[in-house]
Amino acid sequence: MAVISNGTTLIDNGALDAAVSTGALTLISTSTASSSSSVSITSGISSSYDTYIFEFTNIHPATNNVNFLFNMSTDSGSNYNVSKVTTAMYSYNAEGGTGFELGHNNGLTLSNGTGNQTLLGSLGSDADQSVSGYLVMYEPSSTTMVKHFQFRLNYHNQADYTQEYWVSGYGNTTSAVNAVTFSMSSGNIDSGTIKLYGVAN
Amino acid sequence: MGLISNGTTIFDNGAVSSSLTGGLVLVSSATASSSASIEFTLGSYNIYKFFYINVHPGTESKFQFNLSTDSGSNYNVTKTTTSWRTFFNEAGNDTGLSYADNDLSQGTGPQVLSASNSVGADNDQACCGHLTIYNAASTTFSKHFQAETQFSHLSDYAVRDFVAGYANTTSALTNIQFTFASGNIDAGKILMFGIN
Repeated sequence: MAVISNGTTLIDNGALDAAVSTGALTLISTSTASSSSSVSITSGISSSYDTYIFEFTNIHPATNNVNFLFNMSTDSGSNYNVSKVTTAMYSYNAEGGTGFELGHNNGLTLSNGTGNQTLLGSLGSDADQSVSGYLVMYEPSSTTMVKHFQFRLNYHNQADYTQEYWVSGYGNTTSAVNAVTFSMSSGNIDSGTIKLYGVAN
Repeated sequence: MGLISNGTTIFDNGAVSSSLTGGLVLVSSATASSSASIEFTLGSYNIYKFFYINVHPGTESKFQFNLSTDSGSNYNVTKTTTSWRTFFNEAGNDTGLSYADNDLSQGTGPQVLSASNSVGADNDQACCGHLTIYNAASTTFSKHFQAETQFSHLSDYAVRDFVAGYANTTSALTNIQFTFASGNIDAGKILMFGIN
């Protein structure tokens, strides 16, 4: 059965018509960590969207005082070794009111490094400690441009700080990026979800 | 034909009710092709969010925007803004976090989005980011905005620039214009979303 309103087909053959607006943010996938050595997203990153948003919710490490890591792949996840140029800024404030700071962390920056990008450090593993935030990635399928990305992550530092990191930069490649991976510097990702959205073109 | 369920309109007049299509609505998009500027008309959404994707300059130049209250006849709204940046270069010998000197104190000229520096014009260099404008149609409040821009600096730096501020007017904003300080927008796409 089809539903036609004022001459416009809205539903037919078991699906909404392609012309029906369903919102500009499309959930592509949800990855849920469960004692996972890494969370890799190897599908859904394509030329279908120009802009992708990754939402991280309560990414909780199994091991205390670890770094949260990121890398990209141009071969569907066979290798995560894209050359990256990045910058890293942070802000923190201690629960006890004993310290706060805004700064740039030279130790996290990469100048065409192919290893994992450290997104933040000293993540706590207490039951209530985790990291949440977002990543915006622009036109990963381009074969002309470098691949710009922007992270903004807030987390519970193991020393009981709220800390935020802004890591951004570009994958310095003109090959299409089609997979990403997230891991901890030591131990598993105990729990947490990563949702991948495509933003309408 | 319309469909009303329990008092709620599901669809009518050839369209699904806007209340069912998600909070983020693609209002308009523009693709540059050696364009002097890209302009959008604002409307009645509470929040407008712009994504600029691989905006590539014809010549090395600063990426910027301005606002209009007279339907685009003039782009000269008074703005007070603050800006900071973080950067690192491909050579690995220059990095930092600093206040950017492209802020405005009641300035009416364009607001630079790419820190105080120029976006590179090599084939693989471009500018990406997102800009949010709040309550553009208000005739009571000044109009706040926030932008985060990531770009390839002409000297091969990764630069992330943060800009925030307000259009210091109680007139409704009607239009926005994106340009490079010199030369054309060679290529790239800008999307305008509305959020209610």
